[in-house]
Amino acid sequence: MAKAKVNINQEFCKGCGLCVNICPKKILVIGNDFNSKGYYPATMMEEEQCTGCGFCAQVCPDVAISVYRE
Amino acid sequence: MKTIFERPKTLINKPFTYCPGCHHGLAQRLIAEVIDELDIAEKTIGVGPVGCSVYIYEFFNLDFVMGAHGRAPAVATGVKRSLPDRIVFSYQGDGDIAAIGTAEIVHCANRGELITSFFINNAVFGMTGGQMAPTTLLGQKTTTSPFGRSAEVQGFPFKLGEMLAQAEGSAYIARVALTNPRLINQAKRCIKKAFLTQIEKKGFALVEILSPCPTNWGMTPLEAVQWVEEKMIPYFPLGEIKVKEDGSHDAS
Amino acid sequence: MERILMKGNEALAEAAIQAGCRFYFGYPITPQTEISEYLSRRLPEVGGVFLQAESEIAAINMVYGAAATGARVMTSSSGPGISLKQEGISYLASAELPCVVVNMSRGGPGLGNIQPAQSDYFQATRGGGHGDYRTLVLAPSSVQELVSLTHRAFYLADKYRNPVKILGDGMLGQMMEPVTWEEIELPPLPPKNWAIKGKGEGERKFILCMELDPQELEKFNRKLEKKYQQMAEEDTAWEIFGEESDPHLLLVGFGTVARILKSVIREGKKEGWRIALLRPITLFPFPYKVVQKMAEKAGKVLVVEMNLGQMIEDVKLGVEGKAPVHFYSRVGGMVPTVDEVLQKIADILRGEGRK
Repeated sequence: MAKAKVNINQEFCKGCGLCVNICPKKILVIGNDFNSKGYYPATMMEEEQCTGCGFCAQVCPDVAISVYRE
Repeated sequence: MKTIFERPKTLINKPFTYCPGCHHGLAQRLIAEVIDELDIAEKTIGVGPVGCSVYIYEFFNLDFVMGAHGRAPAVATGVKRSLPDRIVFSYQGDGDIAAIGTAEIVHCANRGELITSFFINNAVFGMTGGQMAPTTLLGQKTTTSPFGRSAEVQGFPFKLGEMLAQAEGSAYIARVALTNPRLINQAKRCIKKAFLTQIEKKGFALVEILSPCPTNWGMTPLEAVQWVEEKMIPYFPLGEIKVKEDGSHDAS
Repeated sequence: MERILMKGNEALAEAAIQAGCRFYFGYPITPQTEISEYLSRRLPEVGGVFLQAESEIAAINMVYGAAATGARVMTSSSGPGISLKQEGISYLASAELPCVVVNMSRGGPGLGNIQPAQSDYFQATRGGGHGDYRTLVLAPSSVQELVSLTHRAFYLADKYRNPVKILGDGMLGQMMEPVTWEEIELPPLPPKNWAIKGKGEGERKFILCMELDPQELEKFNRKLEKKYQQMAEEDTAWEIFGEESDPHLLLVGFGTVARILKSVIREGKKEGWRIALLRPITLFPFPYKVVQKMAEKAGKVLVVEMNLGQMIEDVKLGVEGKAPVHFYSRVGGMVPTVDEVLQKIADILRGEGRK
C-alpha cells in the first residue's frame, strides 16, 4: 500500500464535511474539538488506509488540505 | 513524499472569509492554480465584485482593483484598455453581474473586450443575507421571494451564459460546477481556456460557476452541493456554451 | 503661439490631449458631444484610447479602471449624465483616483433642455454622490480659460489624487472664440507609485474603496478632510474685475454670467456706478474670505446666476450677514441680459436712496 499523508489545516477548516463525504475510503471524520473560530475541523481516522487520491483536497472549499504520497 | 495536492502559490496562505461549504473559495483556488500554471501572476490584474467575495483581493497575490457593485466589467475595460499587454480578469456574483451589472457585462462581451470574466452563480444575493437573485430558480424560496419565485411575478431565472454567447465579441463561454472532483477538473480546464482566450486575443471570455450557498439556502454544505446537482444543473446545463475557434481579434 | 478660432468643446478636448490625457470614456449628450467626437479623432492620433461606453455609469467606471493604472483620463457629459456618474465619482474619491469630469450643463431638472444653465452648481460642489467627499470644481468663463483650466484640472487631480470637475455650460461649449495655444508650465508632481500595473516581481498593490472597520474609516475620512482643507488653502482661485478699492456694490457671478457682469460694470460706469465683480474660478474650494472682504467694502452684494439660487448660499456663508445679499436670475436656459441686471442694480441703489 503506497504510504500517503494528508494534512488538514485546523485553522482553515470550517468543518463543512465535503471531504468526509467524498473520501472513497471513508477515513475522514469531523473531529471533536474546535478551532479558534469555533469550527469543528475534519480529521484523519486511519491514515494507513489512505491511498493519497486527493479527492478530499480537491473538494475542500477552504483549500485546507494538502496531500502527499510516497 | 510526492506532493499530490498543495495550495497554489498565487493563493495567499490565509483562511477564507466564506461560509463553510461555499464554493467561492474553491473557484478562487482553481483560478489561482491556472494563473500559476500559465505563469502570468506578475502581469495579471484582478477586478473584484461587491458581494461575498468583496475581500477577494486579500486572497490573491496579485494586483487588484475593487470597484462598485455591478461595474467590474467596466472597471476591467478601463484597466485593460490602459494596459493591453496585462491579463485582466473580473470576478462577480450573480446579483453583481446579472442584476445591476447586466449592461456592463453585455457590452463587454459585445465589444469583444479582451478580459476574462468569472461569474459565481449561487442563485441568491449572499452577502446581504439570501435575497432573490436573477438566477433564483422558479419555486425557490429566498428572503425576498418567501413564497417561492413565480414566473408571473418575478420572471424567469437568467441564463446569462447563453445570452452572452449571442454577442459576436464573445469568444469563449462555459458553465461549470464544482460539486465533485470530475467536474472540478473539467472546470479547471474551462478556466484555463478562458484565460487563453484572452492571451490569444480571441475575444471576450466568461466562465459561469454554479455554487452552493449553504447558509442562505438553509442547508448543510452536503445538501447544498446535492441541490446544485439536482436542481441547478438541470436548469443551468454545464458545458462549453460557445467556443470561437478562429476569431483572433485585437480589440485594443 | 498659434491663435485659432475654436469651439469651446473642441478647445477643451485639444487641451486635454496637450495636458497628457490619453484615455477618454464618454457617452453622447448635448451640449457636450463635440468633446467626444473630437477626441474620437484625436486620441488615436496620439496613441490614446477613445471608447464610447454603453452608459454614463459604465463610462465613469471605465475612467475608474484606467485611473487605477495611473493614466491621465477624462470623461465629459451634461447634467443628466453627471447624475448617472455620481456613484462612480464617490468611488473615485474614496479610492483616491485622479481624473477629470467635465459637465457642460444644460437646463434642468429632468430632461430639461439643451440651453446653457448653472443649475448643476449644487450637484458639482456638494457632490451629488454619497459619503463625505468633495471634488475640486473649476468654472471657466471663456474658451481660452477652458484650455487653461483643463490643464489645471489634470494637474490638480494628480496633485490631490482626487476627481476634478470642470463646470461649464452649453454656451461655453458651443461658442467659438479665438484661442492662443502656448506651452503651459505646471509644478512637478510625484511619481504615481500607487498605480496598478501588475505586480511584476514586486509587492502586490490594491486600489480599494471600502473599509469595514469604523476606526480605520474614520482615519481615512480625516485624511480626506485634510486633503480638502489643503485644497482650500492652496488652490482656491477667483478673479476680481472692476472697481476693487471702493465699490458701491459687489457683483458675484461665475462662468457665462460673469462675462455679462463685466459688461454691466462697463455700462454702470456711465451711470457713475463703481461696481466690483468677484468671479469664483474654483467653486470648490469657494473663496469665502474674499467674498466677505469685498462685501464689507461694497456694503451690498448682488448675486446673479442661471439657476434658482445655488451659489448664493456659498456667498451668504462667506458674507456672514455683514451685508445684504440680493439675487437676480434667469433660468430654464434663458440668459440674463446686461440691461436686466442694470435695472436690478438701479432698484437696489434706489432702494438705498442713491440716484
